[in-house]
Amino acid sequence: MSAETLTEPLLQATDVHKSYGRTAALDGAALTVRAGEVVAVMGPSGSGKSTLLHCLAGIVRADSGQVRYRGRDLTTMSDRERSALRRTDFGFVFQFGQLVPELTCLENVAIPLRLAGTRRRDAEARAGAWLERLEVGDVAGQRPGEVSGGQGQRVAVARALVAGPRVVFADEPTGALDSLNGERVMRLLTEAAHDTGAAVVLVTHEARVAAYSDREIVVRDGKSRDTERVS
Amino acid sequence: MSIGHTLLGLLESGPRHGYDLKRAFDERFGHDRPLAYGQVYSTMARLLKNGLVEVEGIEPGGGPERKRYAITDAGVTDVETWLARPEKPEPYLQTTLYAKVVLALLTGRPAADLLDSQRAEHLRLMRELTRRKSSGDLADQLICDHALFHLEADLRWLELTAARLDQLAAEVTR
Repeated sequence: MSAETLTEPLLQATDVHKSYGRTAALDGAALTVRAGEVVAVMGPSGSGKSTLLHCLAGIVRADSGQVRYRGRDLTTMSDRERSALRRTDFGFVFQFGQLVPELTCLENVAIPLRLAGTRRRDAEARAGAWLERLEVGDVAGQRPGEVSGGQGQRVAVARALVAGPRVVFADEPTGALDSLNGERVMRLLTEAAHDTGAAVVLVTHEARVAAYSDREIVVRDGKSRDTERVS
Repeated sequence: MSIGHTLLGLLESGPRHGYDLKRAFDERFGHDRPLAYGQVYSTMARLLKNGLVEVEGIEPGGGPERKRYAITDAGVTDVETWLARPEKPEPYLQTTLYAKVVLALLTGRPAADLLDSQRAEHLRLMRELTRRKSSGDLADQLICDHALFHLEADLRWLELTAARLDQLAAEVTR
């Protein structure tokens, strides 16, 4: 971990509330993430852990409370600003890769770089290197529908990391995989994040997946308990 | 784990000295708990008495560690029977954790906190095993996986119990 890890929080949510209609999804959730650390967000189904991830990543806006990323409050940013932040600073891995089916795996991984204005040749060269690193270099020319679930998730991890994000948000990244493939995805994701210095916010209900984290927070009934211990 | 059967099984590949047996055992099965020399020699003495091994030779210098043991036909049959017999599944019906939760509820202490700190402790050990697995060979991975699946089962029980605390409190304090 870098020196920044032990000082300023990279991402900090305080007393976050979020409701959908009359249903309170978050009811005073809190979480601190420091640079380079892997934090697991655990809790039973429907506890609000995915909503917390969406608020932290600026995908949805919290009704009240603060979500500060490097000193800026996401809850007061415009949609456009949050969208720009997601493109430049965040990476995402979801349960079902959400790869673009019409593009090859290589083109999928190159998307974040292309959106940031990188030329196609450079973007695809970097994407290819990430596919190799995630041990799926051989599927570069195939479309997502032609690869296995485990390979697809590793392509998704490559896409999440290719543009050098400071935070990777992973929502049940192994939820659709068997144990062996799930562990391979987690090993590669956490190793790559560690090497690049990216923090990972990992939503999971599986303890064996959470065991790849540095620490966990538990969300229950929209409230979270952060077990961070500052040593 | 039956040390006697395991040592017998190791002897099937050929005669060994007590010291070699201990080393082979530690290498394959003794990751956290290497065998004590005393245990090897007392086990071998018992196997010898029961006719499951025989002393094939004694090297000059004396001392129990110089004995070279070989498995007998009866020993091979014993190993075969042991391998074929399923182990009794352990249901862990009366666990300390369950007793702690019930006692906390009976005495008006915060049972949810107890479950939370237990979860944190389980996860701490799971992280340690996961790290060890990442840097280990296949044997290490399988041993760690076995422990991880058991710990995961405990954690699922902790979650379920946390979700049913109110119900349990009503029952035990009735």
